[in-house]
Amino acid sequence: MGWTRKDLLTMRELDAGEIVLLVDTAASLQEIATREIKKVPALRGKTIVNLFYEPSTRTRTSFEIAGKWLSADVINFSASGSSTSKGESFIDTAKNIAAMSPDVVVVRHSSAGAAELLARELACSVVNAGDGAHEHPTQALLDLLTIREKKGHFDGLHVAIVGDITNSRVARSNIHGMRKLGITVTVAGPPTLIPPFVQELGVKVAYRLEDAIRDVDVIMMLRLQHERMRAGLIPSVREYGHYWGLTLDKLGRHARPDVLIMHPGPVNRGVELSPELADGPYSVILDQVAKGVAVRMGVLLLLAGSKGAAAA
Amino acid sequence: MSLLIRHGRVIDPANGVDAVEDVLIADGKIERVGKSLAAPPGADVVDARGKVVCPGFIDIHVHLREPGHEYKETVATGTRAAAAGGFTAVACMANTMPVNDNGAVTDYILAKARVEGVVRVHPIGAVTKNLKGEELAELAELAEAGCVAFSDDGRCVMNAGLYRRAMEYTLPFGVPLISHAEDAHLAQDFTMNEGVVSTEIGLPGAPAAAEDVMVARDILLAELTGAHVHIAHLSTAGAVRLVRDGKARGVRVTAEVTPHHLVLTEEAVRSYDANTKMAPPLRTKRDVEALVEALADGTIDCIATDHAPHALAEKEGEFDQAAFGIVGLETAVSVLLDRLVRPGFLPLGTLVARLSRDPARLLNLPGGSLAAGAPADLTLLDPERTVTVDPLTFRSKSRNTPFGGWTLTGGPWLTIVGGNVIRP
Repeated sequence: MGWTRKDLLTMRELDAGEIVLLVDTAASLQEIATREIKKVPALRGKTIVNLFYEPSTRTRTSFEIAGKWLSADVINFSASGSSTSKGESFIDTAKNIAAMSPDVVVVRHSSAGAAELLARELACSVVNAGDGAHEHPTQALLDLLTIREKKGHFDGLHVAIVGDITNSRVARSNIHGMRKLGITVTVAGPPTLIPPFVQELGVKVAYRLEDAIRDVDVIMMLRLQHERMRAGLIPSVREYGHYWGLTLDKLGRHARPDVLIMHPGPVNRGVELSPELADGPYSVILDQVAKGVAVRMGVLLLLAGSKGAAAA
Repeated sequence: MSLLIRHGRVIDPANGVDAVEDVLIADGKIERVGKSLAAPPGADVVDARGKVVCPGFIDIHVHLREPGHEYKETVATGTRAAAAGGFTAVACMANTMPVNDNGAVTDYILAKARVEGVVRVHPIGAVTKNLKGEELAELAELAEAGCVAFSDDGRCVMNAGLYRRAMEYTLPFGVPLISHAEDAHLAQDFTMNEGVVSTEIGLPGAPAAAEDVMVARDILLAELTGAHVHIAHLSTAGAVRLVRDGKARGVRVTAEVTPHHLVLTEEAVRSYDANTKMAPPLRTKRDVEALVEALADGTIDCIATDHAPHALAEKEGEFDQAAFGIVGLETAVSVLLDRLVRPGFLPLGTLVARLSRDPARLLNLPGGSLAAGAPADLTLLDPERTVTVDPLTFRSKSRNTPFGGWTLTGGPWLTIVGGNVIRP
């Protein structure tokens, strides 16, 4: 099974074989982080542009480190504001970047579909680093790598994704990826944060935290954006934390002892996750971050590396 | 000055005609329709063998964008687009800059139309000042200046008390209110229909109920006041049920539907092509089926394009930041002939009625009939012509259409306004 795509835009478009290839490639690259000299020449002479239209520390840094460890030249391009109201339009920016002949453009944008728009416009590879509430495929891949390392396999696993599903690209990418690998997925949250017809994506829905976390192997807590309150979706952060925040007590009463707790970050400590859980033994949150670099190295290598370079 | 149109299939629903006949035009009016008419001396003769001869098509929902947004469209380019698409008259919406909320703006539009227009232009006045939904516009002056309806199209008048007063105040003028039925709160920040597709592709959606709630309200207010309320661009099965029920109870409610809501569904939005973004949004297959059925049985009174030109820069970028709306004047007839008439969903005669007789009746406009003495506005169709939609050839200033590249059978052939053949 080889990699044939120009771009990595969604988990939805990938088949199980492609997902496993991406996870395997990332797994094989993890050991680079343990070397004294963290550099391999796989992408020497290649240019990677990080085009970030949304503030991001973790994802941008992760892509930057991944590119640098592979010896690529990495350029960060931060743009802000909506394209049509001020400054250069997204399409114009895309054309300008294309004129500089990059090999890969990594794009983060607040608009769903922005990565696909860019991929249509550019001859080089495009990696979606998050587009609105649509997808964030490298996050799903690093979550899958973390789960496989901790559980040893994907077979028969059950994952609960808890929180603001409606506005979450992490949830969408994980739902698609996990369903393709045969993982059972339950999404949970107050009904105002569960998108309509979400069952059509092949998931179960729970409206109480204790129902969602019972008998699952992994609990993935999502960040609650405070602006949801102003939109009338929840009455208060306090009430949300009370009913939907995961605590050691709730975990002890309802979840299995070997459950993993994941979070794509940044964590609202004391809202969706109590501090003792975020830092406790169930948490694999920092493993996720570490594996993020390996996943992004793998993606960049498959998209921009010469054939067979994945063994670097 | 006379013109004889020979041997065409004349479809004139207002007069129950569907036969191969000749149409004689003199002095800008229909002289007579009949078999084997003799050409008067000096008359021009059009051989319409194999063509369909109809009363001129009337689009009661068009944005000509002038004054204020001339970079999108002007009266000159918009009326040429209309003529090219087979329309002999358009009614233009009030959301210009300045808004058509006073007689001076109406006068300006009509003056532009007289000098630069090539089809008839009927302005629609705003319901509220500056479309703000707060105070009534000067409705009597607008009516006197020539507005054929009132609408805050593009926005919904959310204040039911104010809308009720608008219905009452305009009763003596005999012109309807046209409702952009969309609850601003239910539709907040929407970019598409709320449903399985919006959930999958991560775009914020508006539920069908955002439209249905307002259609229900407007029907109740029309019942209260006795006013004629016309629902613009109906798009949901629920709204169809409400209009059907309102009509059955004798409420003065009418409705229009756009070609795009008749042939496209929310599935088209998966492309993230902003030319699939409009308000109301493309809905589901079930809604489309309900709309086609309602158009056929008369629950929906007419077809209107909601021609909404936008510049390329407003439509080529990110979906959620793109402008709402698409152009429709130059694609409507071909899309409808190919996708509704050809597969048998709608008889040709019904299509012609919904594009000519029925919109004329709704807004009391001249035309819509080939009776002797009627204005000589005619649309001639070529039912066999192959049309490949090429936005670069549009007469409109804008090219924002989801139909680019579609190959369709049937289209407009000749447009005649006041007895003159229009070559846009």
